[in-house]
Amino acid sequence: MVTLRLPLTEKDIEGLEAGMRVRLTGDVYTARDAAHKRLVELIARGEKLPFDLDGAAIYYAGPCPAKPGQVIGSCGPTSAIRMDAYAPVLFDHGVRLTIAKGPVAEEVRRSIVRNRAAYLCAAGGAGALISHHITAAETVAFEDLGTEAVRRLTVCELPLIVGIDSKGESLFQ
Amino acid sequence: MREIACDSIRDAVRLLFLEACTAPADGVTGLLADARQGETLPHAREILAQLIENNGIAQRERTPACQDTGMAVVFADIGQDAHVVGGFFGDAVEEGVRQAYADGYLRKSVLDPLTRKNTGDNTPAVIHERIVPGDRIKLWTLPKGFGSENMSRIAMLSPSAGVDGVMDFVVDCASGAGGSPCPPVFLGVGLGGTFESCAMLSKRQLLREVGACSPDPQLAEMEAELKRRINALGMGPMGMGGNTYCLEVRVGKEPTHIAALPVAVNFCCHMLRHAVAEL
Repeated sequence: MVTLRLPLTEKDIEGLEAGMRVRLTGDVYTARDAAHKRLVELIARGEKLPFDLDGAAIYYAGPCPAKPGQVIGSCGPTSAIRMDAYAPVLFDHGVRLTIAKGPVAEEVRRSIVRNRAAYLCAAGGAGALISHHITAAETVAFEDLGTEAVRRLTVCELPLIVGIDSKGESLFQ
Repeated sequence: MREIACDSIRDAVRLLFLEACTAPADGVTGLLADARQGETLPHAREILAQLIENNGIAQRERTPACQDTGMAVVFADIGQDAHVVGGFFGDAVEEGVRQAYADGYLRKSVLDPLTRKNTGDNTPAVIHERIVPGDRIKLWTLPKGFGSENMSRIAMLSPSAGVDGVMDFVVDCASGAGGSPCPPVFLGVGLGGTFESCAMLSKRQLLREVGACSPDPQLAEMEAELKRRINALGMGPMGMGGNTYCLEVRVGKEPTHIAALPVAVNFCCHMLRHAVAEL
């Protein structure tokens, strides 16, 4: 078991190995299908992004609405595979960590190696449990997308497993 | 003729979706606990422990177990001697869905396929009505998440493919899906019929209670063999390695055409969310 604090250092990333169990603390940004499409379009047009991708951790997730008194509703990971068309662009623009569930395309694995990044997996369907590890949530972009908006989440000891490490070793092969 | 008020249909649909999203189907948590005993990899055991804990939190806090509270699928067996009064059946179902997704703080995930504009209240529901004998209405609600739904497939096999071809196709579906449908999964398999009825049959298998294998000995044997072959692939929980990828395979069949051997595979995640009531 490894405890990590965001943003990750080069050494943190190098120390990760596929299959390792991790507890992650710090700020991550949520983005799923619609937000990825917009981010990649902004990059293609050379426009300013709503948050700094350099060193960022992106969590592929779209939460349930928060009940009164809750920080956030149920907030588990969505399938990484649907972001295959966008993920290499974001890794090439500074993203160091993605958090999601399930396999990714070979091209994504190669972009993780190329950028010395990593892909961590959360348990799909464990959204209620994961919401207990989120201590703050704030919408930072694309509010019109509702659940698909970009949110900055502060996570505390979020339980994860290394799916693909910076050397390209993968649990999905 | 027995009268059934639209209001009671609406209220039942509302409650059934709230229940299905916050409580795992009976027996599911037991299957996950058994699966955990059968894993040796620490991360596979941890994933299953988290899923068990998650089910407990959802039930205790009456909060959605998963953020993908799905598209609202409703199966309705309507007795031909039941008379729906006080409105239209379909409107009552839609209003029940609307209220459940608002009152339960469930995620609204339904949108136009091309413009991607969200309808805002998780309607329309997908409603499958069937006229049956009697004067009652039986309702099943399935909040169907799309991590699993997206992995579902159908093939119009040639009759020459035979049982072996069917088995290979189902195993190939699981192998191709990997970790995306939130394994350990339940698989509904439909055999026969036409293109659309085969797909429907595969989804109907998800309404079965946990632990109930097919009453048809040949289908029961296929279910056991498919589960063995799929789990032997070693994909495990979340497709990250281990012994349990599949908790149950359910196979249903119906007559088909002399030229055909349709087979459909509908994936469902480890919660097998559904709820049922009779009015």
